[in-house]
Amino acid sequence: MTAALALGDDALVLSHRLGEWAGHAPVLEEEVALANIALDLLGQARMLLSFVGDEDQLAYLREERAFRNVQLVEQPNGDFAHTMARQLYFSVYQHLLYEELATGEGEFADLAAKAVKEVAYHRDHAEQWVLRLGDGTTESHERMQLALDALWRYTGELFEPVEGVDVDAHALRDGWLAAVTSVVDRATLALPSGPQAGAWAAGAGRQGLHTEPFGRMLAEMQHLHRSHPGASW
Amino acid sequence: MAAVTADQTTQGTAGTADEAEAGRLAAFDATVAADDRIEPRDWMPDAYRASLIRQMAQHAHSEIIGMQPEANWISRAPSLRRKAILMAKVQDEAGHGLYLYSAAETLGTSREELLDKLHAGRQRYSSIFNYPTLTWADVGAIGWLVDGAAITNQVPLCRCSYGPYARAMVRICKEESFHQRQGYELLLALSRGTPAQHEMAQDAVNRWWWPSLMMFGPPDDASAHSAQSMAWRIKRHSNDELRRRFVDICVPQAQALGLTLPDPDIRWNEELGQHDYGEIDWTEFQEVLKGNGPCNEQRLTQRRTAHENGAWVREAAAAYADKHAARAGTAGTAAQPVEATA
Amino acid sequence: MSSSTDWPLWEVFVRSRRGLSHTHAGSLHAPDAEMALRNARDLYTRRSEGVSLWVVPSTEITASSPDEKDSFFEPAGDKPYRHPTFYEIPEGVKHL
Repeated sequence: MTAALALGDDALVLSHRLGEWAGHAPVLEEEVALANIALDLLGQARMLLSFVGDEDQLAYLREERAFRNVQLVEQPNGDFAHTMARQLYFSVYQHLLYEELATGEGEFADLAAKAVKEVAYHRDHAEQWVLRLGDGTTESHERMQLALDALWRYTGELFEPVEGVDVDAHALRDGWLAAVTSVVDRATLALPSGPQAGAWAAGAGRQGLHTEPFGRMLAEMQHLHRSHPGASW
Repeated sequence: MAAVTADQTTQGTAGTADEAEAGRLAAFDATVAADDRIEPRDWMPDAYRASLIRQMAQHAHSEIIGMQPEANWISRAPSLRRKAILMAKVQDEAGHGLYLYSAAETLGTSREELLDKLHAGRQRYSSIFNYPTLTWADVGAIGWLVDGAAITNQVPLCRCSYGPYARAMVRICKEESFHQRQGYELLLALSRGTPAQHEMAQDAVNRWWWPSLMMFGPPDDASAHSAQSMAWRIKRHSNDELRRRFVDICVPQAQALGLTLPDPDIRWNEELGQHDYGEIDWTEFQEVLKGNGPCNEQRLTQRRTAHENGAWVREAAAAYADKHAARAGTAGTAAQPVEATA
Repeated sequence: MSSSTDWPLWEVFVRSRRGLSHTHAGSLHAPDAEMALRNARDLYTRRSEGVSLWVVPSTEITASSPDEKDSFFEPAGDKPYRHPTFYEIPEGVKHL
């Protein structure tokens, strides 16, 4: 249960954030690309949440403290560089994790086997953009570096053990670090220095402690559903 | 969407310019009269080209501005199923804008140029998107009525005389077939739901009905472009003809929804075999067209802002491509077809 | 296509399933070939329309001109002996 909630909430919350780009993307082709990723994630979220119970009850009627997503995915979109930094950090993690789950015999093996193909594309999309923004213009280089630095502190949490997710967290972190480092190097950027998690925040999202923007996000997401108790849509 | 864009420089040279011109015009007219398609590199009258660019640009702009009123509800969609549907629909609209800009580019313009004109207020988009989406039911009303009206307008365009436009419309109509149905289904759920939901649905239909009728454009006797467009087979039915067809389609659909259309004058005309309907407020139409609708400023500002905020991203990707083409040593590498196989 | 933010136009060809050839699907803008492929995937195959993609810079396509239509294509019109229906075979003869 814990595992399905954690992974399901990650996908749900990130999908919601990506959905906020609709109508605001830098170019039409990217409107289509971001929506594809958001829809993949929403599909994953719905399947994962259905392991636990009713998807809409879980999405719309839980309080903030009951959400188990990592804090990384709830961070606001910021500029396109921030969104791509968030995508890179998360999709590399998700890809490695789902590859591992797909080969195992856990209850998510089938789901992970399907999702891993989607996530591989998300990872590629993020890598392509980090390369272009890092090695593009002076302005884009600066923005991309700022974004990588700003979100770095939320990446430590990705490797906190989650009950029911049967992977070697250390190996996951090593693989993630190697992959991210390689992209960052090729993008002529610098891997952020400093701690990978705020001392107060390590692993907090998985325990239900979130950041300020998350409450506002949930208020918007849940308000209509909650305004009509018991209604069907 | 054709592979090669217009080339206006390689015209024939035989005979006097006037004779050649007359010959080409005759060939063009014959092609159109035979219901054959005009393709990008064919000679075409300047006015035909200009008229097509104007119409296709307006159509493309409508698709991308049209994303806004619906995207307004993605973050608040009341179920995950509805959220997925709405995201996919808004995504389609971006895609359709893209198909249409590409089709327009075959006439020798560029997407950048057309977007600049949109942002400068020199080209229009459908006025319907200057109305606000105030409740969730508006998403349903847009799907049912606005997309319904759009489809009534668009289906004949699949046979329009300009090949790239017609082909784009075939793809768009195919993809849009789910748009109207999802809107209708959404409204049906509300209409059959709680009293508050029913009221929300009725309110949305009340607000969207008349603007939807206005989507067919001014009455035939007041339409500036209609006659010529019909002669060129860019357009195949008159504004009033399509509007009437739409009313006939909607009346029974509204009954099945359990909602009423906000027009006391709608009644079946036995003699004509069609519905009569009330007077449209063309003053409102003209006002919204002039920029005085509830959301004109907001829609255009958001579009401009997205474009401006994205400039550094587009520049970065272009700079990266230049650097890497230079590093690869030749421009020729970019010219190789590139393949991906699933 | 002049300012630095304008991306070139690419033509997209989609193989809808194995055994069929690639067919022109439309076009799009992309800064380079890699992104063109990805944009093509997102735009032209999001309803499972394809199993393989080609992207080609629009400027790299050479097309026949409508002015040469007569000399290019009409001469083929009077050679019916290239088609099997041109030949008469006695009734009852099989496998021809």
